[in-house]
Amino acid sequence: MSARLNRTNVIAAHGVLILYVLIALFPVFVIVINSFKSRRAIFREPLALPDAESFSLIGYETVLKQGDFFLYFQNSMIVTVVSLFFILLFGAMAAFALAEYRFRGNTMMGLYLALGIMIPIRIGTVAILEMMVSTGLVNTLMALILVYTAQGLPLAVFILSEFMRQVSDDLKNAGRIDGLSEYRIFFRLVLPLVRPAMATVAVFNMIPIWNDLWFPLILAPAEEVKTLTLGSQVFIGQFVTDWNAVLSALSLAILPVMALYVIFSRQLIRGLTSGAVK
Amino acid sequence: MTQPKRSSRIRWHIIVFLAPAVLVYTAVMIYPLFNTLRLSLYTEVDQARVFVGLDNFRTLFGDAIWSDQFWNALGNNFWFFLIHMLVQNPIGIALAAILSHPRLRFAGFYRSAIFIPTILSFVIVGFAWKLILSPIWGIAPSMLDAVGLKSLYAPWLGREAYALTTLSLVSVWQFVGIPMMLIYAALLSIPEEILEAGECDGITGFSAFWKIKLPLILPSIGIISILTFVANFNAFDLIYAAQGALAGPDFSTDILGTFLYRTFFGFQLQLGDPHMGSTIASAMFAIILIGVCIYLFGIQSRMRRYQF
Repeated sequence: MSARLNRTNVIAAHGVLILYVLIALFPVFVIVINSFKSRRAIFREPLALPDAESFSLIGYETVLKQGDFFLYFQNSMIVTVVSLFFILLFGAMAAFALAEYRFRGNTMMGLYLALGIMIPIRIGTVAILEMMVSTGLVNTLMALILVYTAQGLPLAVFILSEFMRQVSDDLKNAGRIDGLSEYRIFFRLVLPLVRPAMATVAVFNMIPIWNDLWFPLILAPAEEVKTLTLGSQVFIGQFVTDWNAVLSALSLAILPVMALYVIFSRQLIRGLTSGAVK
Repeated sequence: MTQPKRSSRIRWHIIVFLAPAVLVYTAVMIYPLFNTLRLSLYTEVDQARVFVGLDNFRTLFGDAIWSDQFWNALGNNFWFFLIHMLVQNPIGIALAAILSHPRLRFAGFYRSAIFIPTILSFVIVGFAWKLILSPIWGIAPSMLDAVGLKSLYAPWLGREAYALTTLSLVSVWQFVGIPMMLIYAALLSIPEEILEAGECDGITGFSAFWKIKLPLILPSIGIISILTFVANFNAFDLIYAAQGALAGPDFSTDILGTFLYRTFFGFQLQLGDPHMGSTIASAMFAIILIGVCIYLFGIQSRMRRYQF
């Protein structure tokens, strides 16, 4: 082991990684520090930290006065949380059926549900919009929730059924002997055991749903149902010359995602590196 | 698993378990997908839907106004994909190779930090880079000045020749974390004995990477390539956030996603046309399908997998 690591190599490795971390974080850093500065300071010393003289919250004041960011945030929250709930519930139920029971068409059903892993739902946007218009769901959060649930289900079923195959049969059969119904076996015995896999699925789906711009733009562009991503996009487009406002809006949009990342990063990285997506 | 005494009856619980997922998935994903393919065969005449066969495709590929835009978008999309393959994936593999060194300190910190751009939305990434590269703000020129390369600076996003490459690199910057993580996982799963065996034969350091690790992670590289392909040919958000629906300057950053959006949804003076939109969506579907098939039958099935 030690022969493979010598001093120069270690220093070079850290050097490369630190350089790349700087590249990765620099834009975020620049945006956030400048959002706390006055307009003059933004242009005069873009790379300086805000100090007593240049500190200003004028951008945030504009954003909070002009944009309805709390509403956007609330909408994004509702859409993300409800979609995740349905993805996990429906996904786990279907995964259980596929993993647990032998019935005709099991493999076909698995393949059918797996189709959506590779084919992006965006291809069907024209017909989705038409359907939402005819059912009156356009400009409702429900439209987004339905689309994201459908989009998240294939991968959820795929990952969860892998995990459910590992739940011991003895446990389930013991439950059956004790007279538990199949529903109780699922909700009481199996679901608690696959909780780590559910967390992985949740984290995988959370970021794309929160960050999506395409479907909010097409299905729910009205003011009262705008998500945070669409809301900040529209807001920034309108205030494009007000640098304070733009930088503050960007920082406000970064904040919730960063908070989620700090909370869930261990879960996310464990999911990505455990090979759950292979 | 099956219960013999009940097997003659319909097992309702299976249907109950499957129904919600299958219904939502079918109604919101599969049905609209095929409906979109079907709509590409229709057009609108006097507010009535008329079946026109493959006329829309003839327009898309034959009419110069449409076909120029289509081939431009497709070509740009291939360039976008190529840059991801040539820049994002090698950088991701290199970072993963460094991170997977045993006993490297702070590996967890580096991993989390490098992954941060991936979690940000396209809107944030697009605008942030637009501001940083902007000649008005001057961060990019003054940083190049600091290393004596000021002459290299150009307003990249505003020049036709550079805009697409610049945006591709911004996208690479954002998503490098994904290949890094997947390759990192693949590298960690290589058993220590194999590397030690190589060490006994004098294969260490770089040659260990090229001769032992790289062949073993080829399947993961294949998966990353197809994921990149599907994501790139369905991309839209970054271009829209940075350059708007017109994918300026002069359509030089237009890719299939933005072309579809403009056609289907309309913008400024052009009215939205759901049928031509469906036609473009069908073309995208075909392209993605071809890519996935090449991967499944041409690459994945030929790749050797090693069982440890």
